[in-house]
This record gives sequence, C-alpha cells and structure tokens, in this order.
Amino acid sequence: KRRRLTMADILLGVTGKDYVLLAADRSAARSIIVFKNDEDKILELDSHKLMATSGPQGDRTNFGEYIQRNLQLYNLANSVPLSTHGAANFARRELAEALRRSPWQVNSLIAGFDKKGPSLYYMDYMASMHKVDKAAHGYGAYFTLSVMDRYCVKDMSLEEGLSVLKKCIHELQTRFLLKCNSFILKVVDKDGTRIIDMDGNTVEPPKPKTFNKSDDSDSKADE
Amino acid sequence: MSRRYDQSTTTFSPEGRLHQVEYAMEAINNAGTCVGIVDPNGNGIVLAAEKRVVSKLLAPSKISEKTYPIDDHICCLVAGFSSDAAILIQEARLGAQRYLYTYQEPVPVEQSVKSICNYKQSYTQFGGLRPFGVAFLFAGYDINNGFQLYQTDPSGNYSGWKATVIGQNNQAGKSILKTDYNETNLTPNNNNNENNNNNENPLTPSINLAIKILLKTMDSSTPDSSRFEITLLTKNKRDDNEVDVQYMKLNDKEIKYYLDGVVTEEEKKKKNEASTSSDI
Repeated sequence: KRRRLTMADILLGVTGKDYVLLAADRSAARSIIVFKNDEDKILELDSHKLMATSGPQGDRTNFGEYIQRNLQLYNLANSVPLSTHGAANFARRELAEALRRSPWQVNSLIAGFDKKGPSLYYMDYMASMHKVDKAAHGYGAYFTLSVMDRYCVKDMSLEEGLSVLKKCIHELQTRFLLKCNSFILKVVDKDGTRIIDMDGNTVEPPKPKTFNKSDDSDSKADE
Repeated sequence: MSRRYDQSTTTFSPEGRLHQVEYAMEAINNAGTCVGIVDPNGNGIVLAAEKRVVSKLLAPSKISEKTYPIDDHICCLVAGFSSDAAILIQEARLGAQRYLYTYQEPVPVEQSVKSICNYKQSYTQFGGLRPFGVAFLFAGYDINNGFQLYQTDPSGNYSGWKATVIGQNNQAGKSILKTDYNETNLTPNNNNNENNNNNENPLTPSINLAIKILLKTMDSSTPDSSRFEITLLTKNKRDDNEVDVQYMKLNDKEIKYYLDGVVTEEEKKKKNEASTSSDI
C-alpha cells in the first residue's frame, strides 16, 4: 500500500525582517504525464498564515484542507486567533498521531505572522518539525539550500528576500532535470497574505464566478 | 404550584424556568464568600476567600479549601460543594493539558472557562442528573487578553468581570465594589493607607479592598487571619521577552499584615467620622 513519495515538488521559504516568503512550483504530474501547470500548492490557512504542501496529490490536498478547516473552526469558535506556533504544532500533532496508523505523505512549510512577528516552520512527512529562517523540500532542496545559505542575511527586506528566491529559481532552471517554468509566490506580513510576482508586485487572484443575471452577457433581459 | 416542575432538571416549568438550576444557584449563596479583583493598572489579580471550616484539629496541608490551580497561568476560587468542584477542576486541568499537548502553548483563559461551562450545561439538559452546585471565579493571564477574571454558575453561563463577589452576602460586597473599585483608589501612590510604604507590592490596594469586602460579608466581627485565603496572580517579564505567570498564596503572616492594615484603617475612618459628626 506504500506509495512512492515524490520529491519532484519544489517548495521554498525564506523569512525576512517582517515577512515570510513562500514559493512553490506549479506543476501537477504523475509518472510521465503532466496534468496541469497552474496548480496552487500554497494554502491560506487563515488571514495571516500560509501552508505550502508537497506530496501525492490526494494526501497533499486532503491534509492541507483538513488543517485549513480546523483552523477556520478555531477562529470561529474562539475569540482569539491561534499563533503560528500553535497552528504549526497542531498540524505536526495530526501528522504524528497518524504516522503509526495511516500516515500522510505530506511535506510542508508553514509560514505566519503574529504577535511575535514572522515565523517559518519546516515539517516533513514523519512529523518532524523545526522553526527555521529558510527552508526547502524535495529535490529542489539539494539545489537551493546552498544558494540560500550563501545569500540570506538576517532581517532581510522583501526586495532582498525576492532576489534570493530569484537566484534559487535560476539555479533550479539551470541545473534541475525537471522543467520548472512557473512558480507561485506568496508572502505573509502584518497586513496578511497575498500573491506576488517576481518583482514584488501584488497579483490579483482570479475572481470567483458570479451568477448575477446582469453579468451574463447572453442574458435575454438586456434586449 | 411549581412544585411539580422542580424535581427534574430536564423539565421546564410553565413560567419557562428550570427550577433545579435555580436551586443550585441558591446553594452557592450559602457558600463562603469569594472575591476577585483585577488590578486596573494591569499588575495582576487578587483572589480572596473566606474559609468556612476552621478547626485546630484540621491537619495543615498544602492543599487549600478554596483556591486551586488549573495550569501555570490559570487558577480558580470555588464557591459551593467542594466535591462537585473537584470533578470540574480535574476537567479543567485535563483540558488545559490537552490544549498544551496539541498546540504547545497555554490555553487562552476564556477557552478553558467555556469548556467547563459547556460541561456544566450538559448536566442541565441531559441524563437526568443534578447540576453541579459550584460557582467559580477563574483568574488567568494570556498573551492576547492579559489578565482576566471570569465567573461561572451552575447553569453553565459565564461572564467576565473587572471585580466581583460570589457566595454569602455577595450583594453587600458588590455594593462596596461599585463605589470603591476605580483606578485612583487602587493605585499605590494614591493609597491613603499610611501603614504601607512605597516599595510595597503594587497589588496592595487591591488586596486591602478584597479584605475590606470580606470583613463586611463575614458573619463574625472579629476576623482571624486563618479565616482568609488570599492568592495573587502576577506576571514577570523574562529576559527572552517571554512572560512568566505566577500565583502566590499568601501565608499566615502576610495575611495578618494586610488584615491589620485594613482593620486599623477602618477604625481610623470610624474615629474620623465620629469626631466630625460630633462637631455638628
């Protein structure tokens, strides 16, 4: 029943002075087939927390959404928000309890901004967890950790953090066998989470489809 | 008339009341008075209670009759049946440790109180069991809301307070709080009590107010320090910017010190009033 843990998903994370930056590749593939190139592997757990997940599609989405829904429940049931530390430990506890029953094969990076500032947690599928300043999962880690070690400094600005990430992505595109053309970048800071592009500009997420008659250009009511 | 509807918890009376729950709340009014005061300057919380059972034959033990810790950052005062309270306190402690196990951080005070109250409420709705005859004053500190004081009653309701009194003669206690609980009164520099010097504990005025209230609600006029149980909840900031919450139960000597201060102050006031009234 063991499924091979794929290491092809690329997850990167760096912490700066007052933000945490996460990057994930956008391809969803199995064996030699690529299903899509616009997969979003970074979940918004709540207004000020992000979780990037990697692994087989089923486990990845299932675990991610389970943590996300439980955090939503926490926010609704209690009048105080959960800290990043609390959320990360909750996720870790779930992985640890399931480990010796029916484990999830999910590696993740949890990033958040709370009263204590920005924090990044590296978690692997065996429920080991570390609070870190920079992290990477999968094959991508072999290429990028050294780049991060070389160029990351304490209390980086967002521009500096982005430039490090750009160097990491360039390294991957040069030396990693698997094509990784597009990445999704998300940042969390005191104002919450947002999607950004390589230059630091905010990217609007696609608007959800509305069902108002007035939006429907085929509506006969306009005639 | 309503006698028919008060035997079972799970039966409403025609007026829409649950008599068993109300009777349970009456039981609290016969219990030893408990006072909780949150210092308006954010220095901590004072919990003071009148001990009912005082006998020389009682073995002195570290376990108190009224005050119990729930976790490192939460403690509570009990008014009502001690045996019922013991069950609920164990539930609260278990809940606090479970939270710590899952989230690796201390449970926010309101959540702990809410879960106990939900537990209490279930005994007013299911199983045909009687409600818990206990009211608590929960005092705690968490990073989001600072120092908090909550009162719970057998119905499972809870409310947050700046200061409150439960148990016997609580109305008298509450009326004193209405006049005496304000920032000016409870800030040490403004305290008129000449027995205390300026290096005193910043909670001193709150302790004095708590003792003053207990003196009014007690049925004996000659207070002995062994009748009081006083606990202080305070916080220390550590070097790594973490906060250490601690509760300290005052020992007999310390209680005597504050008690004497308050009694002297009260007698002074009475003398002043007597002398001014004689001028008329």
